[in-house]
Amino acid sequence: MIRVENLSVSYGAVAALRDVTFEAPTGKITTVIGANGAGKTTLLRTISGLVKPRQGSIRLGEFELIGTATEEIARRGVGHVPEGRGVIEELTVEENLRLGALASKVDLAEGIARQFAQFPALESRRRNYAATLSGGERQMLAMARALIARPSVLLLDEPSLGLAPQVTADMMRTISELCASEDLTVILVEQNAKSALRIAHDAVVLHLGRVAAFGTAAEIAADESLRRYYLGVVT
Amino acid sequence: MGTFLASRVMTDIFGGLATGAVVALIALSLVIIWQSTHVLNFAQGAMGMFATFVGMNLVFHGLNYWLCLLLSVVTGMVLGGVTERVLIRPLYGKPEINPIVVMIGFLGVIEAVIASIWTTNITMLPSPFSQIYYQSAGHTILVSPFIFYEVALVAIVVIAIALLFRRTNLGLQMRAAALAPEVSRLLGVRVGRLLTLGWILSTGVGTLAAVVVSTGQVLAPTNMDGIFVSAFIAAAVGGLESPLGAIIAGLAIGLTEQFILDFWSTSIAPLSGVIVLVIGLSLRPQGLFTKHVSRRV
Ligand SMILES: Nc1ncnc2c1ncn2[C@@H]1O[C@H](COP(=O)(O)OP(=O)(O)OP(=O)(O)O)[C@@H](O)[C@H]1O
Ligand SMILES: [Mg+2]
Repeated sequence: MIRVENLSVSYGAVAALRDVTFEAPTGKITTVIGANGAGKTTLLRTISGLVKPRQGSIRLGEFELIGTATEEIARRGVGHVPEGRGVIEELTVEENLRLGALASKVDLAEGIARQFAQFPALESRRRNYAATLSGGERQMLAMARALIARPSVLLLDEPSLGLAPQVTADMMRTISELCASEDLTVILVEQNAKSALRIAHDAVVLHLGRVAAFGTAAEIAADESLRRYYLGVVT
Repeated sequence: MGTFLASRVMTDIFGGLATGAVVALIALSLVIIWQSTHVLNFAQGAMGMFATFVGMNLVFHGLNYWLCLLLSVVTGMVLGGVTERVLIRPLYGKPEINPIVVMIGFLGVIEAVIASIWTTNITMLPSPFSQIYYQSAGHTILVSPFIFYEVALVAIVVIAIALLFRRTNLGLQMRAAALAPEVSRLLGVRVGRLLTLGWILSTGVGTLAAVVVSTGQVLAPTNMDGIFVSAFIAAAVGGLESPLGAIIAGLAIGLTEQFILDFWSTSIAPLSGVIVLVIGLSLRPQGLFTKHVSRRV
């Protein structure tokens, strides 16, 4: 479980997050939706320790993440698939996967086999450089690389970006299944609010760095008045 | 056979490869630092010489050559690690010129420190292997046991470094940390330690080169100056990103220098680095500082 409380982040004079509070429970998908610039990426980067907040608290169970180094947060079981996927193009598919496993106690061969079972398309490409992968394959690799360390939390920043609708649907289904089977705490940032709300249990709507609404995904989806915040028709 | 091996061309090839091997080794050490932290370490030669003074001076006090070599390399590694932590770490994320300026200043400091600590040194550092060239049927072949040792040492170090980076998990993490520091941290890689390790490895290699260069010579703070320029050019021609490119360019510079010395003029020979640079850049215009502006710590 991740609990974010009174979190405020500024980039110089620009306030990116203001007093954000919500909770992402274990074994569930919490989606964070909002227009461009709402602060979604900033939220995930702050959880991972890449951005230092001005104030607030982020707890993983009882452990305070603020003030902890990014690599130690990762080692505590927070997997983060960053915006743009972060696949290392100069490394092969298998090297990318190995890299994901090294900081954990997972057995390398077993971990890689498990990810190939989950994402079969990667296996035939294992010796290819990640630069040669398609957008969908890259997304699979980025997910597999985060999952191989058996994280307890998975932060996903716009996994559907640039994917065809069918691939997006498959991706969403995979996320849903993994969340249930691995008992993951998933925080899913999405532009594609419709598909995110369909698979999520809870939803946070961010608007100009503030929480405009926090509730179950069903409630948020049903609230017509919220749509202007996440469909990009910001007034 | 003896006549062939002692022929003018073969003599130049042997001589050129012997110099080139050391140039390649120093170039490799520069590439390791560039790849891990995007710093051009202009003080690499001087740092290696400092470590050489610390370790190899003990030869004159009767300590075993190999023990002194080991001590030198360890000193070089410690110096490299401390330099990264103290001088370089505060400069990450700042303009790339800053660490360059700092290391040029550091170069001056080290040479001054060496000169002030080890004032009167006029004894030659003895070689563990004979430096007398082989003879065959009255012909001199420009190869000695020392040259065999030197070339073998370079080959072993190059292969060991290649295996480390290509075949081990640590090497994979070091490459990843250099290529994508932020993503690596998100995967739990302790990037800061690996950057320090990159400097430690690099200055270890640089020190080995400094010991080889100084063997059979008087220990002087400036022993590395000339060969460092060649190595720097080799690393640049190789594209700074490519260990193999640096090694090939290093060997090419050694060979060019030897052939110019022999067939042309002694006064042109120091320019062989520049000649390789010009040829290298015309073959590979993107050579010098290659592509990645975005890859930075
Ligand atoms: N490194 C930075 N420096 C300065 N301002 C930044 C930085 N990163 C983000 N911002 C600003 O912070 C605000 C939130 O940005 P953020 O990237 O978190 O938005 P987002 O919701 O992820 O947007 P998108 O949907 O476009 O990815 C924006 O106004 C953005 O311009
Ligand atoms: Mg974003």
